[in-house]
Amino acid sequence: MRTSRIRLMAGGIVLVLGAAACGGSSSGGGGGGSSNSGGASAPGVTSTTVTIGSTQPLTGPAAPGYSEIAPAANAYFQYINAAGGINGRKIIYKYVDDAYDPSKTVTQTKKLILQDKVFGIFNALGTPTHEQVIDFLNQSKVPDLFVASGCQCWDDPSGHPYTFGWQTDYVVEGKILGDYIKKHFPGKKIAYFYQDDDFGKDGVKGLDMEIPAGQVVTKQSYQVTNPNIAAQVQKIAASKADVVVSFTIPAFTALLKLNSLKVGFNPQLVVSNVGSDPLTLSGLLETYAKQGGATVKGNELIQGIITDAYLSTPGDPSNSWIQLFKKIHDQYDAKAPFDGNVLYGMAVAYTFAQALQAAGQNPTRDGIVAAVEKGIAQGPGTVPFRFSSSSHAGFEGAQIGTIKGTVIQLSGKPMTTDDGSGAVQEFTGTQPTAPSNGIPTG
Amino acid sequence: MADRDLWISRSTLLRHALFTLVGLVLALAVCKAIDDAHAFEYVQIPAYACTAIGLTLLTGMSGQISLGQGAFMMVGAYTFALLWPKWTTDPNLTMIAAFACAMAVSAVFGALVGVAAARLRGPYLAGATLALAVGLPSITEYEHLSNHLKGNQGLSLPILVSPGFFSDTQWSLVVGVLCVIVLLFLTANLVRSRVGRSMRAVRDDEIAASLGGLSVPSVQVLAFVISAAWAGLGGALLALANSNASPNAFGLSVSLAVLAAVVIGGLGSLTGAVIGSIVVVMLNQTWAQDLASHLSISSAKVANNMYLVIYGVLLAVAMLIAPGGVMGILRRIFGFAVPRQRAAEQ
Repeated sequence: MRTSRIRLMAGGIVLVLGAAACGGSSSGGGGGGSSNSGGASAPGVTSTTVTIGSTQPLTGPAAPGYSEIAPAANAYFQYINAAGGINGRKIIYKYVDDAYDPSKTVTQTKKLILQDKVFGIFNALGTPTHEQVIDFLNQSKVPDLFVASGCQCWDDPSGHPYTFGWQTDYVVEGKILGDYIKKHFPGKKIAYFYQDDDFGKDGVKGLDMEIPAGQVVTKQSYQVTNPNIAAQVQKIAASKADVVVSFTIPAFTALLKLNSLKVGFNPQLVVSNVGSDPLTLSGLLETYAKQGGATVKGNELIQGIITDAYLSTPGDPSNSWIQLFKKIHDQYDAKAPFDGNVLYGMAVAYTFAQALQAAGQNPTRDGIVAAVEKGIAQGPGTVPFRFSSSSHAGFEGAQIGTIKGTVIQLSGKPMTTDDGSGAVQEFTGTQPTAPSNGIPTG
Repeated sequence: MADRDLWISRSTLLRHALFTLVGLVLALAVCKAIDDAHAFEYVQIPAYACTAIGLTLLTGMSGQISLGQGAFMMVGAYTFALLWPKWTTDPNLTMIAAFACAMAVSAVFGALVGVAAARLRGPYLAGATLALAVGLPSITEYEHLSNHLKGNQGLSLPILVSPGFFSDTQWSLVVGVLCVIVLLFLTANLVRSRVGRSMRAVRDDEIAASLGGLSVPSVQVLAFVISAAWAGLGGALLALANSNASPNAFGLSVSLAVLAAVVIGGLGSLTGAVIGSIVVVMLNQTWAQDLASHLSISSAKVANNMYLVIYGVLLAVAMLIAPGGVMGILRRIFGFAVPRQRAAEQ
């Protein structure tokens, strides 16, 4: 009996001491924040720096391709910092790995906000991952700028006033791809292959608005954690589809292609922007084929894939934005290939620089949100942003392109549309040229 | 003889209740003292502790091994995540009901597994429960369920709002600590009761126990049911801490972490289960990452999996040098309660 008393007592004491010891260290760890020095107007801001944070898939199923985005954004920030920063403040970009695992994103984001005390979250990547933290970020009144995902869910100014999208949302993208398919493949059999979460489902929603239901022969989905998609591909092949539309991350675009090859099925592929970067795809195809004991020429397999883009592509080397980003890439991020992911990272970093510029000499968390709501110039985009006090959605359209060689060749005009029943129409404006020093003027 | 038993059991209850009360007050004070910047790191500790207490009962008391506690946690987490957000009255009240449901559903699942487990011994039981831990998370992909369970993305939970005095983050910790204290109280009494003695009898010698009139399978199934219920509560707490119930959160590494917690703390000791949970969660959350950055390991793949390596090393060290875990070392140093401990646990 004495034992049990002592055991319980010891248990209680240890529990309390353990927690107390951890609590004790908090004053040392948490107190080192930089918010006390001069020039501070908000957490994460000092007279010489602005610190922002992000969660990124540096490992895990979405890492191929996407892990290049944050280093590329950081390369652009380093370029800006070398020129003196924005309003005299250097941008410190702290990005951490969540492995595209929704259960990890929450802790990593809380760490950035509560311990690292960042000014805001920038370009956090992933629909299923970031959806877990938008309530927390908005409740904490932390700017959640330019989420790296085209989910419609970021555009909710009343429910989530601190969250902003950036890229063309998947519904708009689905509508534009659907519009193209409707016009160019009339009467053909269409199959869908999509990620079974809000990314894939939003895309399907857009496709369904444009493609006549009678043409759609099958809709198959996959789970990010299960690379075995043979069953789905067999069903698509059995449906004898002429065109397969794929709302997939790069790894699953590659798996779709390889599995189709295995059953001798060779439809026209139409792939969402996020799953169609040529260099990423050919690399993945060769890696996966090698794992399966085969050799393929990755680049040959992806020729002719139809996709869409809302930024200029490396396929247009005379474009002023491509030239700017290529220069920065060669100087600060030369280890990575100059592909769509790197371009994406630099372009979104440019938009952040614009927003920080617009937030003025003493940026505050609410101030930068108000600045973005006033509207941001389209910069490297081929279409404008939709930002306003009633819309937190990013680019309003995209342009159809085809993979030729190692790049995406854009064709036709950029198209714009809305998330509702609005028509898909040509965008008549033109893209501004990049500033000569590569830094937004505000 | 009967009178003496009665007196002892009554006093055990009172004594445990008294210590529970003291622990409660201290724990609340500590939770209040921890700032948000650290409270969020500790919120997973109670989730692991609840599960580890259940595994202590199962393995330490009734002698059955389970590598599949993560599966029971998942059942609890999904039950909680499916029910709690739908109930619209005061979330802090409905939470208690949702916890109860999570434990109940997990207990039913535990009974099913327990019936099968009662027929298996040693490595076969380990293998079966391991398969459960590996296999169950995939159920979210099953096409007829994935619409309800939301596949890999999982179910989102609203943020638990504090009723006052504590911040929201502190409140999550308080809720977790309260659950641990309640389970400690219940388990400590259970261990001292007839049920606990039956479990130890079955653990020590099944034939002798059945000759003594005990139904060995029903004692074993009961141990599984209780440990599953405790793990169900742990899973619900983990879902609450993550604001999310998704299959990745309940993969094999969670089951192994719970096992590591029990062994590191000291097999068979309830206090040890709590200490082990603190070690395991802190390793996973911060210590392993800190170590990786001290060693200047820049590869995210290595740094992310560092904690698994450390679990493994700690398990090996515990088995070779300190089979009694942290509690064994403490007992050796302070020398308290040794004879009775032996009588009770060996």
